[in-house]
Amino acid sequence: MNKPMLKASAVCKSFGAVEVLRAISLEVAAGEVACLIGPSGSGKSTFLRCINHLEKIDGGQMWVDGDRVGYRLVGNKLHELKEREIALRRASIGMVFQQFNLFPHRTALENVTEGPIIVKGVRRQQAVEEGRALLERVGLGNKMHNYPSQLSGGQQQRVAIARALAMKPELMLFDEPTSALDPELVGEVLDVMKDLAESGMTMVVVTHEMGFAREVADTVHFLSEGVLVESGAPSKVLSDPDHARTQSFLAKVL
Amino acid sequence: MSAVLTMEEAEPAQVVPSRHTGRWITATVVLVLVALLLYAMATNERFQWDVVGKYLFADPILMGVLNTLILTVLAMIIGIVLGIVVAVGRLSDNFIVSKAAWFYAWFFRGTPLLVQLLFWFFLSALVPRIALGVPLGPELFSFDTNSLITPFMAAMLGLGLNEAAYMSEIVRSGISSVTPGQTEAAKSIGMTRLQTMRRVVLPQAMRIIIPPTGNETIGMLKQTSLVLVIGYSELLTSASLIYSRTYQTIPLLIVAALWYLFITAVLSVAQYFLERRYGRGFSPLSAIRVDKNKQDKNTVDTDKLDKDTSGPAVPANGPASGITTSAPSANTEIPS
Ligand SMILES: Nc1ncnc2c1ncn2[C@@H]1O[C@H](COP(=O)(O)OP(=O)(O)O)[C@@H](O)[C@H]1O
Ligand SMILES: [Mg+2]
Repeated sequence: MNKPMLKASAVCKSFGAVEVLRAISLEVAAGEVACLIGPSGSGKSTFLRCINHLEKIDGGQMWVDGDRVGYRLVGNKLHELKEREIALRRASIGMVFQQFNLFPHRTALENVTEGPIIVKGVRRQQAVEEGRALLERVGLGNKMHNYPSQLSGGQQQRVAIARALAMKPELMLFDEPTSALDPELVGEVLDVMKDLAESGMTMVVVTHEMGFAREVADTVHFLSEGVLVESGAPSKVLSDPDHARTQSFLAKVL
Repeated sequence: MSAVLTMEEAEPAQVVPSRHTGRWITATVVLVLVALLLYAMATNERFQWDVVGKYLFADPILMGVLNTLILTVLAMIIGIVLGIVVAVGRLSDNFIVSKAAWFYAWFFRGTPLLVQLLFWFFLSALVPRIALGVPLGPELFSFDTNSLITPFMAAMLGLGLNEAAYMSEIVRSGISSVTPGQTEAAKSIGMTRLQTMRRVVLPQAMRIIIPPTGNETIGMLKQTSLVLVIGYSELLTSASLIYSRTYQTIPLLIVAALWYLFITAVLSVAQYFLERRYGRGFSPLSAIRVDKNKQDKNTVDTDKLDKDTSGPAVPANGPASGITTSAPSANTEIPS
């Protein structure tokens, strides 16, 4: 494998006195699907948000596709990036939220075309064509002109995935994408994510869906209290973990 | 026992709607009272309806109406634009900026509008010349304050700056109503703060902002009559100039009132359309619209598709444009 798509090296993050991430180091290769699992409050969301600089890291270093997150190295000094540069980097990292966070005042199609048109300056007609293709791809070809409030949770989350994909990201981040869904709607979202993984997308997925992790993930990382306890192939980490903390967590969720 | 059950289960022969007798009585009473009132007003000679008719479309009154409209529109534009700036300032991370914005709202809401108007009008007495230049160096511009601050300028500044303070509170509550998840989603697709504000936060805040802004606009329409004190000839000033000459006070006040009522009606209609425009995706109205689409999906959907591919955005709801409150909404539609 060549240069990793994501590389974190001793990443630390605190909120006030609370250390939320303690020296997290991991790598995700291009095309790899990495699942982050761990108990609630262990820092999974925070780590994900650090990747696209929604949170600023306090220590350590992080690279996405070889670019340092939030900083530029000039000589031997790190310069903090300007807002516009940060925004530019974020444009190539897709993020899918637990609560979907679709723009409620825009239709499904408008949600998907918003980024390309406003951020990338893509012509409207082209953006609409591509947006339509994406919505078809996630199975919502017949819902393009519906507002989010007129869609089920599963449909909203699929629109949210399409919205992220519309920016043609090189890395996709998912923060518990199915946790807010009714059980019968989980499958449709996971199916879309599976397709995406098969298409070669690099994905970092925070999830409690162990079935998905087992089937789709290349690597599973277990976090507990801000510490990366163990990493490895799903068959290893999920079935035969080395650490007692992993074992007790799995015993609770499986 | 069993006989009763069969009665209950039997197909009813007829549905008798409930009669709402109370409603009919109330409505009748109200109608009678209104009719009596109108009759009394129409037949009371002291209202001098012939004089009302004579002046309703008289030139000075029409000029007054025009001036009132211009003043209302300009003051509201200043109020809304500056109000957004102050509101964003209030919510800024920059301590100095947010305190300055707080101070602005405090100062302009805390002093009587009449005092502010007079202050602007008499500015020339306080600051005879306004000069722009390098400190201790040459002057680049300089104005005689007296010629700069006409009654019109004083009226516009006084009303606009005061309105901005009230609008800033309205805009701030609107912005605060948009959940942080929206900002995060906008950031995650690479929007800058300005793009996020313009494309995601403000359009959603509009839903909260528009109804009170409609109130403010209607309030402003009548507030403009305060500029009487600095001699700018808006509607009420024009009417008062006439009745101070002819002593036909009541009919001329009626003329002014009729115009204010008419303009308020027009503004209310505009507000209705604006609310509908910014309620899209939220209101049950739009849900109903789509439900209808579903029934004849094929025709409606392809129709929409065609429209979408036809290139540059044609604003879906035309009628909303035009009136004062549309100023910031126009902003939100311009892609950068
Ligand atoms: N913005 C914040 N301010 C303060 N504390 C926070 C903030 N965000 C998260 N935390 C805290 O950080 C810890 C980790 O949170 P999070 O990353 O959301 O965990 P997870 O996603 O694994 O459930 C929690 O204890 C949470 O309370
Ligand atoms: Mg979380």
